[in-house]
Amino acid sequence: METISRSVVRKDHEPKVSGRSVYVGDYPGEGVLVGKMLRSRLARAKVLGVRVPPLPEGYFYVDASDVPGDNNVNIVLDDTPVYCRETVEYIGEPIAMLAGPDEAVVDQLLAACEVEYEELEPVLDVRRADFAFFNYEFGHGDMEQAFREADQVFEEEFMTGYQDQTYLETQGMMAEPEADGRMFVHGSMQCAYYVHGAVARVLGCGPGGVHILQDVTGGGFGGKEAFPSILGCQVAVAAHKAKAPVRCIFDRREDLEFTSKRHPSLCRYKMAVKDGRVTAIDCDVTFNAGAYSTLSAVVLQRGIIAAPGVYNIPNVHVRGRAVKTNTTPSGAYRGFGAPQTFFAVEMMMDHVAQSLGVDSLTFKEAHLARQGDSTSTCGRYHFPVPLPAMVDEVDRACDFRRKHQEYAKPQTGRYRRGIGLSMYFHGAGFTGSGERDIIKAVAKLRKYPDGTVEVLAANGEIGQGLRTTFPKIVANELNLPLEKVYYNHPDTARVPDSGPTVASRSLMVVGELLRRAAIKLRAIWRDGEEQEVEERFREPDFMIPFYLDKFQGDAYPTYAWAVNAIEVEVDTFTGVSKVLGAYGSFDVGTPIDYNIVMGQMEGGFLQGIGYASIEKMDYDARGRIRNNSFSDYLIPTTMDVPNLQCMLHVEKYPDGPYGAKGAGELPLVGAPGAYVEAVEQALGGGVRLNHAPFTAEDTMNALMKEGL
Amino acid sequence: MDAICFTLNGRAVSYSGSATDRLLDVLRGEYHLTSVKCGCKEGECGACAVLINGTLYNSCCVAVGAVAGDSVVTLEGFRETERFAVLEKAFGALSAVQCGFCTPGMILASEALLSRCPHPTEEEIREGLSGNLCRCTGYNAIVNAVALAAKEGDGLW
Repeated sequence: METISRSVVRKDHEPKVSGRSVYVGDYPGEGVLVGKMLRSRLARAKVLGVRVPPLPEGYFYVDASDVPGDNNVNIVLDDTPVYCRETVEYIGEPIAMLAGPDEAVVDQLLAACEVEYEELEPVLDVRRADFAFFNYEFGHGDMEQAFREADQVFEEEFMTGYQDQTYLETQGMMAEPEADGRMFVHGSMQCAYYVHGAVARVLGCGPGGVHILQDVTGGGFGGKEAFPSILGCQVAVAAHKAKAPVRCIFDRREDLEFTSKRHPSLCRYKMAVKDGRVTAIDCDVTFNAGAYSTLSAVVLQRGIIAAPGVYNIPNVHVRGRAVKTNTTPSGAYRGFGAPQTFFAVEMMMDHVAQSLGVDSLTFKEAHLARQGDSTSTCGRYHFPVPLPAMVDEVDRACDFRRKHQEYAKPQTGRYRRGIGLSMYFHGAGFTGSGERDIIKAVAKLRKYPDGTVEVLAANGEIGQGLRTTFPKIVANELNLPLEKVYYNHPDTARVPDSGPTVASRSLMVVGELLRRAAIKLRAIWRDGEEQEVEERFREPDFMIPFYLDKFQGDAYPTYAWAVNAIEVEVDTFTGVSKVLGAYGSFDVGTPIDYNIVMGQMEGGFLQGIGYASIEKMDYDARGRIRNNSFSDYLIPTTMDVPNLQCMLHVEKYPDGPYGAKGAGELPLVGAPGAYVEAVEQALGGGVRLNHAPFTAEDTMNALMKEGL
Repeated sequence: MDAICFTLNGRAVSYSGSATDRLLDVLRGEYHLTSVKCGCKEGECGACAVLINGTLYNSCCVAVGAVAGDSVVTLEGFRETERFAVLEKAFGALSAVQCGFCTPGMILASEALLSRCPHPTEEEIREGLSGNLCRCTGYNAIVNAVALAAKEGDGLW
């Protein structure tokens, strides 16, 4: 193992393990107003008026009319309002905030508010949604010819459901007007500069009129990428009106029902097969975006780029749309559109192989892309594709090939076993030219006269270890003990914009800027002086320029790779599937800290298994999300997957620090394919499963319907 | 109405609010013990777990009146002990803390487990921590850390 990979005690360990860390809900409440949302009870309606009860002194009703700037939250587009416009577009949409010193009084006042609606017909069925926020199409080759000349054509539809990030700390933000007139907004977030831009626009002040601090953050997983911009604007407007600090912390039900989650998907796949090989793939991808567009454009882009999977198929056509429904807006969640399409393509390959009467792993292996091959967007896999070796590692860990043959034989009796396997990548960093054209990351190092060095960057520690790994890189280049280098939570008043904490980019992109900055600092180091160095993002030379209008070029400079295998035992009396083992080989390049990276892999993999198996969330005929508590929305506990084995396969990336690639999202992405394949094999009888999560209820339905 | 008297982290306290107030809210609001986290307020996640006479409880599901005469220990109290030092070191060595929000509850659940079962098997550890949700780690590091603490702290429990 490389020196840099050796694990250290995390820098945030002591304050967190001793309970001393201050999360946004932990600041003393004296003088702070409690803010709570008045939310729409209807999925779509005109708001004709709100009868607000008389407010005691010190209590405030805050709505769109109180917004000093414009009432649109800056995300990718700006269609999300701070407080609702003339209409409400989903159940739970904030109409107003009530703020005051006593929470119980705020609750009473909220209950006394009467909203007068004119109800409108909501759109709730994705298949009937007639408005797409985004519509993309790309491809290459000659589809017509491939399908015309095919021996066989296969067609199937796949569905995935919501997944909630379920960070243990719910969303929470706080705004405090400062004596110098600036608005100080802080809380639980991933992207301080996103909140900064959004709040400045809504308050109608320049960028100098606000500053944003990331507090200690109790998990994000994408859920705190864009959402804190919305909540940050809402509390800032309230604090502006009240001229007092306002804090809003969601309760769990509110968080589960009304904050953004993974897009439900509907994928129609069509494959042409000739001489036992897939010659063409047609992917038609629909994501349920919910009521506002939030991050759907970029989630959809990543999803459709991954739609043909890790396979080299000569003719490709992909269509994708993110449709509007009158439901909670969907948003970012670890994997960002790719888990949906990788599920579809992995199941499709498995099903086609079965129909052709060949082993699905052999079939998948025969189609694997290799270094130098073209990607789905006519870019290139510039670096080695280590999947064959990783399949062998997983096979050694769980005896996959033997079990896969054995479990394919007809099984009888109460308990039946199956094993499934998925192969996939995660494109590292922003999609396309985002890093170069939009983010333009800047990072700095400041050395103080006492010889300590501070990392100045905007990326947030959300549990993934940045407060440790950034300083490790810098200390390594400067030959300093780790105690001499530190990284605090970012405050936009004092750190440059190194970009958001998203897309598995922080360590790979910003970490490399810091490594280069440290080399610069080393060259000019003078003892006893304060010195500062800066580095800016440069796109690697080898990149084939990406054109978003055509979806052509290198969507990513490099890829993190993974192979997952999951073995289950299905109880045919109860429908419950026990995970006997989950095995993952992950290539995220050089681990900058072995324990931290393994923590990401294990945590992400288990989230993926939850997504595949028990994390069921849906809305009813009125558009209301019913799974709004931990007894209705189940996430894995210590008991669910005791045998979870992760391995690292290291394929270094020359433009990442010491060969590191993006890591955070990868481990979640492939679990649904491996899990559902396993359950399908256990059920046997030629049954074809096509949706995730696949719950115990689904298993019972399949058993009854198929008479298995 | 009489104040509710109990021992909090070894100190005698008397609470003069309503006996039906949630212990979670009282600990955070009245006594500023912010290691006690609110993850769901429905007894499902374990983030607000505290020890009452040595037994683990979710403080969101306990009315403060119910702890009259009892000894309540939060992480603020437990972190002063030798047992905490062993758990702290084991969690640190295996990077078992990520976002940290479940950690106070996990540490107290570990203490409750090791108190009744000083040399637990992996299965017993998983069972002992099964009421505490963690979304970050996948649990392996936490389970291994508790096993390590049991070994390193042999004789303390």
